Amino acid sequence: MTLFIDLTLNGLSYGAIYAAVALGLVLIWRATRVINFAQGALATLTTYVAASLLDRSINSWVAFAAALVAGLVFGAVTERVFMRPLYGKPELNPVVVTIGLLILVESVAGAIWGSTDRGIAPPGGVSQSGIILGHTYLDFSAFDIFILGSVIVLMVLMLVLFRWTSLGLKMRASAFAPEVARLLGVRVGRILTVGWALATLAGALAGMLVAPLVFLSPNMMDPMLVYGFAAAVLGGLDSPVGALVGGILSGLGISYIGGYLGSSMETVGAALLLIAVLSIRPEGLFAAAKARRV
Amino acid sequence: MLEISELTVSYGPVAALSDVSFKAEEGSITAVLGANGAGKTTLLRALTGLVPVKKGSARWAGTELLGHRTEELVRLGVAHVPEGRGVVTELTVDENLRLGALWRKRAPDHGQLIEEVYGLFPALAERRRRPAATLSGGERQMLVIGRALVARPRLLLLDEPSLGLAPLVTLELMKTVRELTRRDGLTLLLVEQNAKSALSIADEAVVLNIGRVVLSGDPQTLAADDQLRHSYLGF
Amino acid sequence: MSLIEHRLPGAKSLERLRSQPLVWHLLLGVLAAAVLYLLTSSVSFYDNTIIAEIAWYAIAIAGLSVLTGGSGQISLGHGAFMAVGAYGAGLMMEHFRLPLVVPILVGIAAAALLGTVVGLPATRLRGPYLAGVTLALALAVQDLPTKFSSLFNGDSGIIVNQATPPGGVNPQRWLAWISLLAAILTMVVLANFMKSRFGRALKAVRDDDIAAQAAGLNPNRMRVLAFAVSAAAAGLAGGLEALWGGIVSPNSFSLFLSIQLLAGMVIGGAGTLIGAWWGALALVYVPQWTNSITSHLSSASTVTANLQNAVFGVLIIVIMMAAPSGIQGWLRAGYRRLRRRPSSLASALSPPLDLSSTSTPPERTSP
Ligand SMILES: Nc1ncnc2c1ncn2[C@@H]1O[C@H](COP(=O)(O)OP(=O)(O)O)[C@@H](O)[C@H]1O
Ligand SMILES: [Mg+2]
Repeated sequence: MTLFIDLTLNGLSYGAIYAAVALGLVLIWRATRVINFAQGALATLTTYVAASLLDRSINSWVAFAAALVAGLVFGAVTERVFMRPLYGKPELNPVVVTIGLLILVESVAGAIWGSTDRGIAPPGGVSQSGIILGHTYLDFSAFDIFILGSVIVLMVLMLVLFRWTSLGLKMRASAFAPEVARLLGVRVGRILTVGWALATLAGALAGMLVAPLVFLSPNMMDPMLVYGFAAAVLGGLDSPVGALVGGILSGLGISYIGGYLGSSMETVGAALLLIAVLSIRPEGLFAAAKARRV
Repeated sequence: MLEISELTVSYGPVAALSDVSFKAEEGSITAVLGANGAGKTTLLRALTGLVPVKKGSARWAGTELLGHRTEELVRLGVAHVPEGRGVVTELTVDENLRLGALWRKRAPDHGQLIEEVYGLFPALAERRRRPAATLSGGERQMLVIGRALVARPRLLLLDEPSLGLAPLVTLELMKTVRELTRRDGLTLLLVEQNAKSALSIADEAVVLNIGRVVLSGDPQTLAADDQLRHSYLGF
Repeated sequence: MSLIEHRLPGAKSLERLRSQPLVWHLLLGVLAAAVLYLLTSSVSFYDNTIIAEIAWYAIAIAGLSVLTGGSGQISLGHGAFMAVGAYGAGLMMEHFRLPLVVPILVGIAAAALLGTVVGLPATRLRGPYLAGVTLALALAVQDLPTKFSSLFNGDSGIIVNQATPPGGVNPQRWLAWISLLAAILTMVVLANFMKSRFGRALKAVRDDDIAAQAAGLNPNRMRVLAFAVSAAAAGLAGGLEALWGGIVSPNSFSLFLSIQLLAGMVIGGAGTLIGAWWGALALVYVPQWTNSITSHLSSASTVTANLQNAVFGVLIIVIMMAAPSGIQGWLRAGYRRLRRRPSSLASALSPPLDLSSTSTPPERTSP
């Protein structure tokens, strides 16, 4: 029973991280119909930015915020420099460019900071040791709570942005009907840049959250990207809510499979689950209802 | 006044508009007619920068429209309702209307303008929180026209508003369009394949055929010309 | 004038040949085999192993290209099918003494089987959803050898004996021959497949699912078939890779391999078989060039260690931006431009007869 609880808690915190990655992927997919495979690599880069600041004994919260800001900047630059020239070209091309970017960014990170693993402490010295509840020790730390909390905050902020601000309305209009948006005066190009910036910020958060759990290395985010992508696909690529649910479900599923069947079954189980779910719902759990044709 | 002269557009080697010239008086309704493929949609898209123009000019109230980016035209008082209605089906009715006010940063009156649209089209008011995907064809047309009004244009470009609507609904819609243009003193370019209903409310008419203006003039005279009706207007 | 009359009959029979895909493709194949035979006999043993490597890359990329170009689906997990082909062939070679074709065919069959199994649910999936499934598959297949360690010998992998060449032939040259023969056969088969009724139907399905359905085609069956054919090619590539590397281990089939294959396809030009060779050349030679550069460089070791991948990444990005239809698309466009504006020399030499305008239908290079 404690194993089950531990696996559940562990699955929740990893699931939250997958959800953040998935959210970043969904935001970009909705706006530009591109799967950004460079998202993980960019997040690694932002985490290195924070690590360099920490090396200079800068306050860990400042470093944390700097990583997020770096995410905004890297996302905007990626859209402007690498994506903008490719809109309207064969749709596979921007996707392949993000793959090229993934390889490039990871090797640049390796060239600058080396390929050896390094540890990153949670911001503000938040504890990573489990908590004792009554007489049972739970493999759930203050940092795990921080992970869940910050992903929830991210999701709520995004929800507020999309639902209740005019920037959010512009973003949704630009994603769904770019031409109509332009005719109504929305500067769609700028909005896309903002979208990429926000999406990369979500990735950067995931990077800062996962670094203390694993180690920081140039390809730290590779598995996060794969599971985050699976989570986004599972939830439905057009649905931010789907990203959250898909992330949590993936986290739990992978945690249970690893805990009960052995860690080498994690990827196999994840693949089978993904295939099974998509066989029933080919566009994910939260596929949008088809618009009425008139 | 809207003054279009020698407007020429081509898609690759294929000319879609050749030397199109005509004028539309301020506050008037000009019907732009012609068969499928005549170049009507291309004309409107050229005016709002959605297709590149080879040569020509389009002056509206002393300003050149061509050469501006699409996003800027709403700031020059131009509203273009594209063919196929342009409802953003993923947004609610209310959000669609709010889109119309976005370009005026702090439009203090946008709530009031939106309420006015709901007053004009009560069917929309009942459905304001629903996704626009659930609207019928006629309701969608009301929605996009309403949204264009929220943008407070002076020049309105409507591309085939009657497309796919039942005759009765079209009749209603045309009446509303005429009332609105008169009320606000709008200048309207009404692109229609359904020549009969467009002529019934127009002050002027222009007939396009294979990218050229073949006729322009008074709607009553055009409607009475049997030969013309048969060859270009199909009724 | 006499030149024209003299050329016309030859041109006509060439036209007739091209209208019969199988004969035409076989002819091209035999021609290629002859040229390559001369090539393999005249280069060093080391270069022969490089040739073998290019051949199996080209096979795998061509398979992927048929999937993407033919049916518009993309796979991020073709390394998985290669792994299945390699393990299938490797296990057969380890446990039985059979002529080489048998284990290779078993590998192909195993990959085609997996391709069909994955292809079945994949028929309902579009674009990134399919990419997600194949990506997950690539990861999963990599972990299976560790899970079933007794069969696959875990991370250390299984040793594959070198193919024993018949009397006197050098093993590297023999390997190059086998791989090239397999590659040429694959190209002939795939070219025929794409030109066949089936291939055309596949493209119809890709371009307009509903219209194709109305025309009596079964889009789902088509997609499964495309997936199986594509996986079979990858399985063959895997079997050859096993021979080439002498060992089958999970490390050879990392996710990176799948990504490389996809990149190779797009670099060469998705949907074209010749493009597969450009892609294979890029995958083999770019790392070699960067390695030779870094060996002369005296910068920090972290830089040299990462230069190869950095160059690879830059190459992908630059080609996608500069030549959106890949190298082959770029060459084709260049060729067409040359033809449209014939130089005075060319127009003086060639009769005013347009042979090539009727030859190949314009091909779409992207889904
Ligand atoms: N995007 C396009 N690319 C190529 N040709 C086009 C395009 N859009 C329209 N055309 C062609 O331009 C001509 C005019 O089309 P259009 O303006 O849509 O006519 P209408 O609106 O009067 O039916 C037609 O021959 C049409 O085929
Ligand atoms: Mg039209």
